[in-house]
Amino acid sequence: MNATLPIAERDLVQPTTTPAVTEAKRHTALVRVTHWLATFAFLALLVSGGEIVLSHPRFYWGETGNVNMHPWLNLHLPSSRDTVPTGYGYVLPDQNGWSRYLHFQAAWVALATGLLYVIWGFFAGHFRRNLLPASLKGIGTSIIEHLRFKRPGVEGAWSYNVLQRITYLLVIFVLFPLMIWTGLAMSFGFDAAFPLPVRLLGGHQTARSLHFIVTILLVLFLLIHVVMIFVAGFWARMRAMITGRADHVGTAASAVRRSEATPAPEISEGVTR
Amino acid sequence: MTQISRRRLITTGIAAAAGVSGVAVAATLARRHGLIPPDSSGIYGPGETLTYAAQRLLGSRAMAREFSPSQISEKPFANEVDPLGDEFNRLQAANFVDWKMTVDGMAARPTTFSLAEIRSFPTSSHITMIGCEEGWTYIAEWGGVPLSYILDRVGALPQVRYVVYRSFQKGWWESIDMADALHPQTLIAHRMNGADLPVPFGGPLRLRVPRQLGYKSVKYITRLTLTDSLKAFGKGLGSSAPEAGYAWYAGI
Repeated sequence: MNATLPIAERDLVQPTTTPAVTEAKRHTALVRVTHWLATFAFLALLVSGGEIVLSHPRFYWGETGNVNMHPWLNLHLPSSRDTVPTGYGYVLPDQNGWSRYLHFQAAWVALATGLLYVIWGFFAGHFRRNLLPASLKGIGTSIIEHLRFKRPGVEGAWSYNVLQRITYLLVIFVLFPLMIWTGLAMSFGFDAAFPLPVRLLGGHQTARSLHFIVTILLVLFLLIHVVMIFVAGFWARMRAMITGRADHVGTAASAVRRSEATPAPEISEGVTR
Repeated sequence: MTQISRRRLITTGIAAAAGVSGVAVAATLARRHGLIPPDSSGIYGPGETLTYAAQRLLGSRAMAREFSPSQISEKPFANEVDPLGDEFNRLQAANFVDWKMTVDGMAARPTTFSLAEIRSFPTSSHITMIGCEEGWTYIAEWGGVPLSYILDRVGALPQVRYVVYRSFQKGWWESIDMADALHPQTLIAHRMNGADLPVPFGGPLRLRVPRQLGYKSVKYITRLTLTDSLKAFGKGLGSSAPEAGYAWYAGI
């Protein structure tokens, strides 16, 4: 069984008493590499994007928006420009130069990583096998278990639960594409060549507002994702996503991984490769 | 297991070699076709080059979006500029009759034009959006002489690859490639929303490049220099923007 781009949140195996222990592979190299590339790219985009927002921490709908117009959202943050009426008595240093350089370079890394992952995912059957929920049955139980921070049991060790599958699919196929779409729609050069994306959104400033909203959603995902890793067992999950190996016997109890816990067909991908 | 590992090792090796040679070939091709921006050195060079090359390959002739008169911003925002000084004030007091724009460099007929001459040239106008790298935007109708007309008039030599432009503001200079310089929407603008271009918006002359961010649309244009290389200008990064930490290409 194989995991996907984000770190699994429920696939940790609790220690069992079974004496026969073998090591099993949890995540393929491609999943691990793209996971961490995406992580670094996302953090770079987040830091640089946040800095860029500080030069104009106000948001508008439609095509145009500036300090002479009324924003739908004013973050009430200090700004790096003295032309923005923030109410603060000081102006932050201008950091937009490197922020913009870093933002676009990281965007290229994120785009290339995403394309590699998605193309591989379709060809390898990763999405169909590991992420597409067989049914929505059990989603209620899953939500309640998540809300109670219930530690996942053996039965959830080698497979994502239904809530997790839906969340990952939403992040991969809705939020990230929306991020790319709204980001490109803010590019004057791109809009000239391909005006439809910005027109469909309803304008340049709408694209900017949506880019910000989707950022908030992705940050929420990241926070929950990290909390769930701690709930499930931080070191075991980190090891699985870094080395690909689920565990070593005799190390921290939370990291113990037994192949017996794994229904044979589900690990096929990692093992056969 | 070892066989699988060996096979994987070989596959990975071939893929890596193909990747490296692919990058080398792409870099050579990009250089030959002018797809490398002047600020491509440094850690952000790869991203800048990808952005610039991608946008040039996807639509170097594409037209910036134009809007209807009803979409013109009622309250456009003029970003602040440093005080322009006594000399500028004197020119402004005289209604800019003494404003000059010099075109030099790789031209058959380098010329200094008066503002009156420039205003007498055929004008073109478009209702386009100007956007600041900070994130704000407005829409206005811009009118002026297409830069391509000026280049024709001075007899730009075929080897010209960039137009360097300077502002009355000290330290402000920019450059664009020929895809933008010859683009029909690139203007030496002297009109805005049906009136003479106001000083806060760059009057009397502003180089308007609608496919790039506002900082490429430099205000108070005094001089154009046609060149085949940007190396000799400033630190060789293409404009004063990269010297201040900003990208030379601002189509994104």
